Amino acid sequence: MNKPADGEIVQFDNVGLRYGVGREVLSDLSFTLFPGSFYFITGASGAGKTSLLKLLYLAQRPSRGMIRMFGDDAITLPHERLPLLRRRMGVVFQDFRLVPHLSAFDNVALPLRIAGASEKDVTKPVRDMLDWVGLGERMDARPATLSGGEQQRVAIARAVIGRPEILVADEPTGNVDPDMAVKLLRLFEALNRLGTTVLVATHDLHLLQKVPDSLIMRLDRGRLTDPTGALRFPPRRPARAPQGVA
Amino acid sequence: MKLRLSSGGGGGSGLGGEAQARLVPQARLSGPMPWVIAIMVALVVIAAAAGLSLRNTAKAARAELSGGVTVQIVEPDPASRERQARAAVARLTGMAGVSAVRRVPQDEVDALIEPWLGEGSSDADAIPVPALIDARLAASVSPAEIARLRAALRDGAPAARIDAQSDWLRPVFGAIDSLQWLALALVGLLTLAMAAAVLLAARSALGANRETIEIVHLLGGTDVQIARIFQRSIGIDAVAGGALGLALGIVGVLFLARRFASLGAGLVDSGALGWAGWLLLALVPVAAVALAMLTARISVLRALRQMM
Repeated sequence: MNKPADGEIVQFDNVGLRYGVGREVLSDLSFTLFPGSFYFITGASGAGKTSLLKLLYLAQRPSRGMIRMFGDDAITLPHERLPLLRRRMGVVFQDFRLVPHLSAFDNVALPLRIAGASEKDVTKPVRDMLDWVGLGERMDARPATLSGGEQQRVAIARAVIGRPEILVADEPTGNVDPDMAVKLLRLFEALNRLGTTVLVATHDLHLLQKVPDSLIMRLDRGRLTDPTGALRFPPRRPARAPQGVA
Repeated sequence: MKLRLSSGGGGGSGLGGEAQARLVPQARLSGPMPWVIAIMVALVVIAAAAGLSLRNTAKAARAELSGGVTVQIVEPDPASRERQARAAVARLTGMAGVSAVRRVPQDEVDALIEPWLGEGSSDADAIPVPALIDARLAASVSPAEIARLRAALRDGAPAARIDAQSDWLRPVFGAIDSLQWLALALVGLLTLAMAAAVLLAARSALGANRETIEIVHLLGGTDVQIARIFQRSIGIDAVAGGALGLALGIVGVLFLARRFASLGAGLVDSGALGWAGWLLLALVPVAAVALAMLTARISVLRALRQMM
């Protein structure tokens, strides 16, 4: 087992995942994510990117191995403490997972309300965020009336509104036009500069070139390869030191 | 444009009532839940009212009859019967332990037997009817008391037969007791049925809103926050159903009360509900709402425990 590195935000050690009694969809995953780093996970469809992200955002328990998040053992942590870990993350789900009967505004406001923010602390940031992703005019629209790209922007706005310590995004630019994809990536970079660790799963190799300092992990049939040294032990420190959270 | 991001926890109320209401769309009487609760509450109210009424009836009758004895002068000769009756009244009056003595007037006796024997049945040439004396003892009637009275009347009224009034109604009291237990059992069974219905409704609501629950769960919602959303939703249904059920139940109770009151039987009149009884009935929907919310909370928390 790797010795836990100081200041790690996520540490996977020999993690495996199988659904039911089938074969392992993820095998022997060991890596560390540091605060303030920008990571990409790439791989072909079916390589296990979404399964890995499910482990990261605590929707799934691994079949074996150890996962530490923010210094806690996420596998053995008491059930009632898991929500506090989840509130420190922002997640962009591949299928967006917007609440269908809530407006765009209420969907984006949801993490803040769950975290206990008062309505006066919700309204302005949510309006600003929706304006920024170009949906200022569609705040009251229900997800079913939004296009795929608009739904994706709402999902991204919801993931970042609480300024999470780690942002996990599953194909976040899959349904938006190239200009919006670049704009969203700039948003992720801005968050990253504020200290948020960003991890983006994508099969779009062009996206990787747009964030030069990023670290890349490649998944191949459930196993990680390491083209940029992200998995070295001791792991390579991020090129850009994390800045303090303003 | 400069983008300001929120730091989340602001110490506010979080998922307050309005936000909760939006998360789980409320069916507002269009689903089966309020109607099931209304029917259950109405049945519990009627069963509880019946049980309370029977209890009052039994209590009043017992209080009235506990110290009562009936002395019958069973003598075919009218003159001897009259003489013995007067002697019995005289002997009983002022006797230690006897608080009241009343000779039942002949017209009351005639009225009592008229339905069975017809008019003029107590005429001298018809069937000889015993003279009746109603006596009330200070204490409840015991076999020793009956023996003491019998001994006291042996000389002046040898034809006297003495019975405790409560003995006649013992089978009636037994039946009333059984009905009370039946009403209690019905209240218990209906409460269980209501809890089961609420459990099924909570599970159904949970299934229908599973996607929303998972999203709130993954965004850091606690089990208690999510359970509260469903508690609130089912609580609103239960309040609507409970109020409707109470109204239906009260209408049913008042209808039955009028029907029984028209019988004009003293035993039935004594079963009327007092303010404590009505208060207890008013508490039935309150208990139903509490039960519904508790059941919903437990079932939602149990389901959430299955998730990571």
